[in-house]
Amino acid sequence: MLKLLSVRLVAMLVGLVFAAAALWALVIGLIALATEEPAGHLPYEKPMDLAWSFDGPFGKWDQQQLQRGLKVYDEVCAACHSLKFVAFRDLEQLGYSEGQVKAYAAAKQVPGIDPNTGEDTMRPGLPTDYFPSPYPNAVAAAAANNNAIPPDLSLMTKARGDGTNYVASLLMGYQDPSPELLAEHPEAAPGPGLYHNPYFPNLNLAMAPPIGMDGQVTYDDGTEATIKQMSKDVAAFLTWTAEPTMVKRKQTGWPVLIFLLFATVLAYMSKQQIWSAVKPKK
Amino acid sequence: MSFPWARQYEPKNGLTKFLDEKLPLPRLVYNAVGAGYPVPRNLSYFWNFGVLAGFFLVVQIVTGVVLAMHYAANAQVAFATTEHIMRDVNWGWLMRYAHANGASFFFIVVYLHIFRGLFYSSYKAPREMIWLLGVVIFLLMMATAFMGYVLPWGQMSFWGAKVITGLFGAIPLVGEPIQVWLLGGFAPDNAALNRFFSLHFLLPFVIAGVVILHIWALHIPGSSNPTGVEIKSESDTVPFHPYYTAKDGFGLGIALLLYFALVFFMPNALGHPDNYIEANPLSTPAHIVPEWYFWPFYAILRAFTVDFLIVPAKLMGVIAMFASILLWFFLPWLDKSPVRSGHYRPLFRKFFWFGLIPAMAVLFVCGGAPAEEPFVILSQIATAYYFLHFLVILPIVSSVEKPEPLPYSITEAVLGSDKKVVKGENTSPAV
Repeated sequence: MLKLLSVRLVAMLVGLVFAAAALWALVIGLIALATEEPAGHLPYEKPMDLAWSFDGPFGKWDQQQLQRGLKVYDEVCAACHSLKFVAFRDLEQLGYSEGQVKAYAAAKQVPGIDPNTGEDTMRPGLPTDYFPSPYPNAVAAAAANNNAIPPDLSLMTKARGDGTNYVASLLMGYQDPSPELLAEHPEAAPGPGLYHNPYFPNLNLAMAPPIGMDGQVTYDDGTEATIKQMSKDVAAFLTWTAEPTMVKRKQTGWPVLIFLLFATVLAYMSKQQIWSAVKPKK
Repeated sequence: MSFPWARQYEPKNGLTKFLDEKLPLPRLVYNAVGAGYPVPRNLSYFWNFGVLAGFFLVVQIVTGVVLAMHYAANAQVAFATTEHIMRDVNWGWLMRYAHANGASFFFIVVYLHIFRGLFYSSYKAPREMIWLLGVVIFLLMMATAFMGYVLPWGQMSFWGAKVITGLFGAIPLVGEPIQVWLLGGFAPDNAALNRFFSLHFLLPFVIAGVVILHIWALHIPGSSNPTGVEIKSESDTVPFHPYYTAKDGFGLGIALLLYFALVFFMPNALGHPDNYIEANPLSTPAHIVPEWYFWPFYAILRAFTVDFLIVPAKLMGVIAMFASILLWFFLPWLDKSPVRSGHYRPLFRKFFWFGLIPAMAVLFVCGGAPAEEPFVILSQIATAYYFLHFLVILPIVSSVEKPEPLPYSITEAVLGSDKKVVKGENTSPAV
């Protein structure tokens, strides 16, 4: 009994110490809050809520859009951004034939080894090769871009919150900062080599507006290449590169859920039947 | 354990007779989760989560073993092999999403299981050992989940590992050498990744071992029940099989529906986007947050923002975070109310629903939020309440409150009357 009592007494003392320490931190925090100006956040905008063919549990890829997005990546983004987790062979999923993929790969130069001398060289790509990086290494990438290394785009739409909308919004969001914003937050003015974009968390990024004018890319399917169209198409393409299995995942989910629903209803009915023997009569 | 009326296993054919003589495994199963285990007839759905936790442990081990066949624990390629699993391994994406969300579901069902134990005081005599082993399982789960999250070697993997091992650096004098020893270097790198992988593979089997002890300890007093009144006679019980196998089957169906809805339709909802960025020691994420199941404890860690007497703030936070879980080991001796179930404890119930649950909710939200106001202040209030609740309020309330009258028996609670009821015994406390 005495031992039990002492366990409880010690516990109460320990509890009071922890509570006192937390409340002491609270008091100091409140004093600081009352005397110091809190650091404000720059007001950045949430991505636009755009409509996508692959949205929702029944979503599917729009292959035409992915092909257009590939063209935007090829002609615009690929100058600075790698796509290292995507292989040329994956492009068959966009509706290209084996021959088209072979030709596409062969038109790209990838790092190789000279079979006669063993020296580093460049060779035409094969379907099994991955998209080559525009720079030989990170130092070269930094040197060419004012020390800001262009990130790999393979997973970009998964690596940002609401990633597909974010990428599309960012690409069409470049604009001059509004006078009201600059009046309230003078620090938001873009520094040298930086560009204002309300969708970027600190409002200034090192990437120059990559999609600057309508018709920058000529689409093969005759779609009008507006800034919005190109931004959306490349965001859709990058959603595919980030998770090529997304549509297969959703399509697999339905039979699994329907089977489980059926099995769960059966399990419920058998549970009811088994328990009816011992349930009190109403 | 065996109640005198427990059904006895009878081998029927030559094979089961042979087995029963040489290695009575069928008998063990029969007595553990078969017709030979009498269970209170009044268990609510809150008693489903033990079986579900066991199920998700198996899911984690099976998917994890498959993932380990394709993963390489090397800082140069870990991120790339994770993407290789997602893209090139047949059904690799399903294995990885099932494993990542399986961890979340394992924690969801275990948290509900712990919640059940706290509200119904399942930790009380004669079930202290079950509770103590359960806390050990929970600690092992936290260690395993933390190390597993490091393996994809994304930004949150790296910085999470840095922050959590940095906690040991707060220990006076020996802290820094311990941190270097744990990591095998001055920062998380190949050495840390390799040992985390090794331990992440090992610990689930340790958990499985402690789970066996947990179930063994359970079978000595038998399961608790929502009234907290102990089993008195055969009419209080039903055999585990088929009654609770059927009920657990239905519960498992519901859990799997929710689990696969998450796996197939929003597999990244519980993760952090930053972990799809490869680890970069030179670029610190804006907000380093652990996985959601650590948020309440992360909030306690960060609540101690100023030095307390001679204890530096960081050390105080580390001690408080570990103490917040370790104090669970003492609950059986802190709560001395003779009544178990919260249904019959009016004062305990008030503090539970209007004190502990809101405090946990606040800690959960604050742990996932950036270290800014109002989250810091809220987490400090909730942290203070958390410690007061378990270490001060619970011991006092359990001494001063007057419990409400208990049913005579489980049978009476279910049927409204019990033939064996003895007059005048209706209001006697449990035990």
